[in-house]
Amino acid sequence: MSNLLIIVFALVSLATLLAVYRIVKGPTISDRAVGLDTATTITTAMIVLFSQIFHRAIYLDVALVYAVLAFLGVIALARYLEGGV
Amino acid sequence: MVYRALGEFLILVGSLFLFLAGIGLLRMPDVYNRMQTGTKATTLGALSLIMGVGIYHPQWFFKTAIISLFILLTNPVSSHALARASHNKGIPLAKGSVLDRYAEDKERGLKEAENDS
Repeated sequence: MSNLLIIVFALVSLATLLAVYRIVKGPTISDRAVGLDTATTITTAMIVLFSQIFHRAIYLDVALVYAVLAFLGVIALARYLEGGV
Repeated sequence: MVYRALGEFLILVGSLFLFLAGIGLLRMPDVYNRMQTGTKATTLGALSLIMGVGIYHPQWFFKTAIISLFILLTNPVSSHALARASHNKGIPLAKGSVLDRYAEDKERGLKEAENDS
């Protein structure tokens, strides 16, 4: 793991921490949903970063499936917030 | 190895943009502003980071292109659904906001429905 990857990983981890802070603190439930949306996108990027760190291409498939499931989860959460079915 | 340097540069830029998205999520005043930083900056950052990994390892380029295309297509859709849901739920805008086109449009729709009936 080179120095550049350590810096990159620290920055991405800090971004995730800030998103989790918004999820915990957020005054309304929409703030929490926005924090969750941001955290899922950052996590997709982080899984791709894992494949760069460990030189394994299999993590790319994990990232793709995670992106699909996170998108479905956020859409379902938005439908719930709106009061629809 | 020019393409490796380019890939590392793109990874660094992407992580910087993801960090800026986190700071924006911390500092912005209301839901809609947070949604803007949390979606736009995150889309650019994740796209840059993933394509950087794909350029660094050219044999992975196809998969990373698929992942970034998917993020590019789905991130605006989910943020639009969240913004619409929170506006319909009645969450107020920040104090300095000057324009709310969606509320005007909803009022106009109600008036036209009254005129029709």
